Amino acid sequence: MTLLRTQNLSAFYGDFQALFDINVTVEERETVAIIGANGAGKTTFLRTVAGALPSAPDAVLFDGQPIGGKPPHDIVRLGIAMVPEGRRLFPSLSVEENLTLGTHSARPGPWSLKRVYELFPRLHELRRLPAPSLSGGQQQMAAIGRALMSNPRLLLCDELSLGLAPIVIRDIYQCLDAITAEGTTVVLVEQDINRALDASARFYCFQEGRLALTAPTKDFDRAALTAAYFGM
Amino acid sequence: MAWVNIFIQGALLGGFYALFAIGLSMSFGIMRLVNIAHGDFIVLAAYVGMVAVQSTGLSPFLSLVIVVPVMFALGYALQRGLLNFTLSGGLLPPLLVTFGISVIIQNGLLQGFGAYDHRLQEGAIETASLRLPGGIDVGVYPLVVFAVAVLGIGALQLLFYRTRLGRAFRAVSDDADTAELMGIDNRKLYALALGIAMVFTAIAGVLFGIRTIFDPAAGPIRLILAFEAVIIGGLGSFWGTLIGGMVLGIAQAIGAALNPNWQILAGHVAFLVLLIVRPSGLFPRTRD
Amino acid sequence: MVSAAETVRVERATRASRVFAVVAAVVLAALISLPWWGDPGDMRLIAEMAYYVALAQLWNLLAGYAGLVSVGQQAYVGLGGYMLFYLTGVWNVNVYVAVLLAGPFAGLMAIPVSFAVFRLRGAYFAIGTWVVSEVFALLASLITVLGAGSGLSLTVPILQEISPDRDVRDTMLYLMTLAVSLFVTGIVYLLLRSRHGLALTAIRDSEHASASLGVNTFRTKFIIYIATATCTGLIGALIFLQKLRISPEAGFSINDWTVVVIFMVVIGGIGTIEGPFIGMLIYIFLREWLADYGTYYLILLGLIAIVIMLKAPSGLWGWVVQRYNLQLFPVGRRLVPTPPSDAAKR
Repeated sequence: MTLLRTQNLSAFYGDFQALFDINVTVEERETVAIIGANGAGKTTFLRTVAGALPSAPDAVLFDGQPIGGKPPHDIVRLGIAMVPEGRRLFPSLSVEENLTLGTHSARPGPWSLKRVYELFPRLHELRRLPAPSLSGGQQQMAAIGRALMSNPRLLLCDELSLGLAPIVIRDIYQCLDAITAEGTTVVLVEQDINRALDASARFYCFQEGRLALTAPTKDFDRAALTAAYFGM
Repeated sequence: MAWVNIFIQGALLGGFYALFAIGLSMSFGIMRLVNIAHGDFIVLAAYVGMVAVQSTGLSPFLSLVIVVPVMFALGYALQRGLLNFTLSGGLLPPLLVTFGISVIIQNGLLQGFGAYDHRLQEGAIETASLRLPGGIDVGVYPLVVFAVAVLGIGALQLLFYRTRLGRAFRAVSDDADTAELMGIDNRKLYALALGIAMVFTAIAGVLFGIRTIFDPAAGPIRLILAFEAVIIGGLGSFWGTLIGGMVLGIAQAIGAALNPNWQILAGHVAFLVLLIVRPSGLFPRTRD
Repeated sequence: MVSAAETVRVERATRASRVFAVVAAVVLAALISLPWWGDPGDMRLIAEMAYYVALAQLWNLLAGYAGLVSVGQQAYVGLGGYMLFYLTGVWNVNVYVAVLLAGPFAGLMAIPVSFAVFRLRGAYFAIGTWVVSEVFALLASLITVLGAGSGLSLTVPILQEISPDRDVRDTMLYLMTLAVSLFVTGIVYLLLRSRHGLALTAIRDSEHASASLGVNTFRTKFIIYIATATCTGLIGALIFLQKLRISPEAGFSINDWTVVVIFMVVIGGIGTIEGPFIGMLIYIFLREWLADYGTYYLILLGLIAIVIMLKAPSGLWGWVVQRYNLQLFPVGRRLVPTPPSDAAKR
């Protein structure tokens, strides 16, 4: 069944319009990728779904219920969690404190501190260190763990591969497989197109705030995608 | 010996200034809000204490049982109902709104209580003194105030570093935007922060009202003293605020020893010198 | 869009501003002639309104344009006033010369002050300027030659340098205050009209962006700070010339010279030249209307300022500008297309 649906979603930064009539659907247990060039509106889309940007109530439906315009902490409680672009761990907090912060509006579910440490064993060793002392890849794992602690039904991942080495990216995406195996629905924003398409069943391509293309990823024609990506 | 005396008096005075400053330090650290009315709230607390004492016959210390909850509720309501709406508009709205609140409090107190001086009477403890080894006399009251400051800051540190709420405060102070995305209700948190800040303000106000005569216009100088303690100590560190208060107190004590009229001026001069030489304070911590 | 055959010219004035210029000229004529048809009470009130408008324009320039929210401008009012009393009383300087020197003295003092306070930002800058003002007040109360805690008075011989005749003196002081107020408003207006004004608006809107475009933000802010201090000092000298007495409390009073001025600018409309006039009128009206009720008018002013900050942050005039796109003091620039036939004639 459809877990997330946006209907003609538009978003503004003051007078500047960043999204124009976006229609996206995400089925439960699916992994959907959103790709596009810089400034295409991918992060804006995730932030609007997460409640950080205002929208009309009906523009975003979660499990059939209108959630547009709700404050972010209510949306976390409903079951949507975000792994923000650039990790955004809290520098004054240790790794473990960052993780437990994710439980502020938690729902019941399989994810706990113990399970997150099972998924990311390296984090257990580093748990008492201040967050900024971790490497990029470790921080990304911690950011994912933090989001998981609220037991979301839908996980929004913004640019997991940003600034990371290929080996590290591979490890992270392997962990993502373990997460989706639990039944979590994932929306993935990525600039690394191949990664995004390999990890997802369907994709949406954004171009300057508009939806340029959507299709299943299997056997998709990369040339058509390039055209849509660059707006040719 | 005289210098040791000056040092001790100044350091104990610093306890007072630290109590004045905690509320300011909290609201800036968590909400990035500088409350221009902060000093007036200290004076307001003293007046609330006075009313509580007059109507219940309790001693000023005991009147805190009334003053603290009243000021907490006031802080919570003020942040939730008014100040939360000023946080997104840039520099001017919070500054000018708290400025307006300051004028309202001062003139409200003036209209309500008149321009007279008042003082809260706690009795013998105000003048009692203790003889330390070496023949130095210290007032019991300043010692009590200093102890309250240390205990208070210790409690606040415990709150910030060992509790769930404290973790949330630190997260919001680091990155309010991401904190919301992690499920924290910023509006409630800010209101709670000002409420707790007001608890310290309440204690500071009553303790101040016992030691010094106060009138409706006594607010601004309290704000300035609190501000100086925070800046000298460095933004974002509570123990730093205590040190800052002590540095301020000692500077004032030195000035007073040279000439009683120079006390406050000496504090201002020390502040300005430190500002030029070490603008981020002695123990800065806040990232901006 | 403009077609190839059309050209555009840049115009400064609007129809509203032309109408206003005429009205203003009439009002000005009435004010200048006041000594001949009004009484001394009227002159004192108008003089007070005039110097408040001048102080408000200066604070507005600092805060609304240069982004320097100072809660310590009363320092320069006091410094100007004290310089006047000191020069005339201790050094027997001619009263007019003393008034003219008061401004630059205040400006000179502003230089070291800026070294200290420019290290602070935002609200901390505001409180820092306040501390500086307190320092000056404390120094004034300690220096015996300045009268220490009780202050100084202007003696009769000094006043008679203006004129031995009381009525002529009142008229002279009134006209001087009016002239300085017009001068200050005029300077602020011309500054904002010029490209320096454009630079200021850019700094106000975004300091980072304007710095990256080559606007020297530090130097601009520094110059504005010194210039406003100088003018504030001049006004301070005039104020205390009329009050005849100065003391640390009166000279450096935050309530008299800053609280009221800030309310005027905020309520009238920060960042506009029209705003301070409106704010001043509202202040005077409320003060006179509620004169019998103690300081309730200040409580009311505080409430109004809070509401304005939350609901209409650009003040009453700002609201008018947004609604009606009106500008009485034209500081903007408009592109006005000229039809091809006109262009061909040039």
